[in-house]
Amino acid sequence: MTQIKMTVNGKSATADVPDNTLLSEFLRENMRLTGTHVGCDTSQCGACVVHVDGRAVKSCTVLAASLEGADVTTIEGIANGKDLHPMQAAFKANHGLQCGFCTPGMIMSGIDMVNRYQAEGQALTAEAIRHELEGNICRCTGYHNIVKSIEDAADEMSGMAQAAE
Amino acid sequence: MSDGIGARVERKEDKRFITGKGKYTDDFRVDNQAYAAFVRCPVANAKINGIDASAALAMEGVIAVHTGPEMKEDGIGDLITGWSITSKDGSPMQCGVWSPMVTTYGRYVGDAIAIVVAETQAIARAAAELVELSYDELPATVQVEAALADGAAQVHENVPGNMIYDWEIGDEAAVNDALAGAHHVTEMRMVNNRLSPNPMEPRSAVAIFDEAEDHYTLYTTSQNPHVARLVLSAFYNVAPEHKLRVIAPDVGGGFGSKIYIYPEEITCLWASMKTGRSVKWTSDRTEAFLTDAHGRDHVTKATMGFDANGRIVGFKTDTLANLGAYVSLFATVTPTYLHGTLLSGCYDMPAIYGNVKAVHTNTVPVDAYRGAGRPEATYTIERMIETAAREMGMDPAELRRKNFINEFPYQTQVILQYDSGDYHKTLDMAEEIADVAGFAARRAEAAARGKLRGLGYSTFVEACGIAPSAAVGSLGAAVGLWESAEVRVNPVGSVEILTGCHSHGQGHETTFAQVVSDRLGIPVDNVSIVHGDTDKVQFGMGTYGSRSGPVGMSAIVKALDKVEAKAKKIAAHTLEASEDDIVIENGEVKVAGTDKSMAWHEIGLAAYIAHNLPEGMEPGLKEAAFYDPLNFSFPAGALICEVEVDPDTGVTDIVKFTAVDDFGNIINPNIVEGQVHGGVTQGIGQAMLEQVVYDDSGQMITGSYMDYCMPRADDVPSYALDHNATPSPLNPLGIKGCGEAGAIGSPPAVINAITDAIGNNDLQMPATPLAVWTALQNVKTSMAAE
Repeated sequence: MTQIKMTVNGKSATADVPDNTLLSEFLRENMRLTGTHVGCDTSQCGACVVHVDGRAVKSCTVLAASLEGADVTTIEGIANGKDLHPMQAAFKANHGLQCGFCTPGMIMSGIDMVNRYQAEGQALTAEAIRHELEGNICRCTGYHNIVKSIEDAADEMSGMAQAAE
Repeated sequence: MSDGIGARVERKEDKRFITGKGKYTDDFRVDNQAYAAFVRCPVANAKINGIDASAALAMEGVIAVHTGPEMKEDGIGDLITGWSITSKDGSPMQCGVWSPMVTTYGRYVGDAIAIVVAETQAIARAAAELVELSYDELPATVQVEAALADGAAQVHENVPGNMIYDWEIGDEAAVNDALAGAHHVTEMRMVNNRLSPNPMEPRSAVAIFDEAEDHYTLYTTSQNPHVARLVLSAFYNVAPEHKLRVIAPDVGGGFGSKIYIYPEEITCLWASMKTGRSVKWTSDRTEAFLTDAHGRDHVTKATMGFDANGRIVGFKTDTLANLGAYVSLFATVTPTYLHGTLLSGCYDMPAIYGNVKAVHTNTVPVDAYRGAGRPEATYTIERMIETAAREMGMDPAELRRKNFINEFPYQTQVILQYDSGDYHKTLDMAEEIADVAGFAARRAEAAARGKLRGLGYSTFVEACGIAPSAAVGSLGAAVGLWESAEVRVNPVGSVEILTGCHSHGQGHETTFAQVVSDRLGIPVDNVSIVHGDTDKVQFGMGTYGSRSGPVGMSAIVKALDKVEAKAKKIAAHTLEASEDDIVIENGEVKVAGTDKSMAWHEIGLAAYIAHNLPEGMEPGLKEAAFYDPLNFSFPAGALICEVEVDPDTGVTDIVKFTAVDDFGNIINPNIVEGQVHGGVTQGIGQAMLEQVVYDDSGQMITGSYMDYCMPRADDVPSYALDHNATPSPLNPLGIKGCGEAGAIGSPPAVINAITDAIGNNDLQMPATPLAVWTALQNVKTSMAAE
């Protein structure tokens, strides 16, 4: 057993967990944050993507014990109170989800890619979005509306970033 | 009303999904929770001699290990098939016995042998590894074309030659005569590749036994919880229906694979009773590949004859269908009445004959996967007609137009009667959007860059919302295929719709509410949809076969008819008017042509307060309907795929994909288009990427996402869609199912495009870069030889 202490969605989280506990298991079973989903065993599907210290990470691939002191954000932690994150709002407005199972990972990956491209001053084209989504599988939507959702959210997030400057 | 039929309403269910608050089966943690893992057959065919669980039972945290013979002793029944097929010689089909857990023989890699129940999932899985099996490995039959060979290993003793049935449809003599006199005959052998449905949420079950009440609750990943309860109760003897509650909460996609009641759900319920613990099992992805019902796996030889004018004179198919080691719930109907009845496609064919031989192999059971039989039929027809056009030097679109059905209703030679359609206009629209006129220039431009461009068509019709109940019963179905709805108007005027359909991505909470909004003039936010719980909804048949629109929503309309009739009586009485003068508009119940009206909520209140109702009227406002359709619905469409092939590598890009569909009237275009996007993508996956592969010993070698190629975002294009609606005359909303059309129509469009690009019709799915490159080399070799 290992004692771990990290910040999850802005709150301190402490637990004793078996050494082989994955971050996805810790979030789902210990924290009962079940919005992070597990859809495969081999880190391909991306339903489990969360942010660790601001970067997108597949939580099924990381041992919880390796994240001492880390700052973890899950799908439950990105809205500002009742105000949806622009990426969440864009998925709803563009019908970017059907069964919803891959959606948390799609949204967390979408936010990460917009942040990275904007930090580097690069345009996030539809082609770039499709390339960046290599690690997120959706079986329902055919990706058409997911790409549109991320494009729309990128515009919205860009406007917010400019307004903040 | 902006929320009504035809409006692009944003989905009501989305908020919980985008905030991580959806509740899928694995998200539930109940009192007294324990976890299960299964010990599975490690080889494709084995006689199990012994099971030693002592090491597993010694592990800390292990609660119990139970096996198949114990289940049998407790009276748990064998799995059933829901559709009986009669062979062409009049004999009944033969199928092997499928017990929830193996009693003697394990017949495919993954066949459940024992269940381990433990305090955590990790312990259960680790302990399952410690259960030792002693067994004799037996010869296995794996590939479909080997199953009927002399000397093939027998999968079941009671199924001689592995032949489940040898079925036929149509008029063989008429077709043979027509083909003998044909001006041109096209012949092809086509493989419809084996697929794994792969909903992103793996299957899961949480079984809870309440000893005091002698009652079971099952949370499960089901597309049809009532059918699950019926089968678990009536055939598997788990508990009588009133002592068994089945809840299918949020379900993460199904595509057919969550119709069936699998061994794991049955075993978890039984294990909950045996252990006195609540038992949760969640599949991992490899387990899903090994145990979820697969789809397709046909090999078809087809012959199509034409007269000198290019009119089809006869069409004959000879199909081998692999049903796997056991006959799953609806496996038998997929290659027969969902495939053979579609062999006319959207063409006026005077003579058709189809033969289907279904076989057992030592592989996972194969059952209905998105489209179920119709994709196989469509692939055969649409590749045949495109290839025939090339052989005859005709334009493939013109050959289709020459043969399109022009008048409706149209009686095919293979049972179905199509109700409506306009195939010419749909194809015209698709050619316009795809800019077929500009294709020659694009092909030349690509050639200048050293690339090969190709254009491929698929004009399909399909039959969904399978019905009516008496007709399917006469063809062998064990169930009726009606749907139920209950409309509950609350005293404040808000409405709850209880439906026997189940949404696992289809957006019923929105579209069903739109139908109510359109009818009663109240906002969709005042309408709730209740589904997926056998304690709440009385009965229903669930969601598959694109039935929730044409069948499920029709049931809602029928119940709304009754609600409206009672509401009008209440209004007429209160407003002292004639019932015939009452109209419902914009949330008001009015006397036409006057200013006398009641708000909708006043009707609800009047019904429940019941101080002033018409003489003899019962209080309350709640009505139910059971709707049994008059016929299937027949969506149709024209798809055009344009590809660019790199001849050096065989890598193929889909540069444009156009789909024009006829789904009749559309309730919510966003949702319908989303269904097409997803369906076409699954079809592209079948055409270019996906294939379950077994080695000759029966080991699956595509058991993860590292080996089985799912379509990613950069494998598919953005789609160009449009609609050409001819409303169905046979249901009250004039709608046709839209859930499967994309997956049914798209594979031949893709393959026709690639074969057009490379100049070789001899190409099987999946058209991987290696397959395309090899086909190109074969063209070069044969040209060099000439």
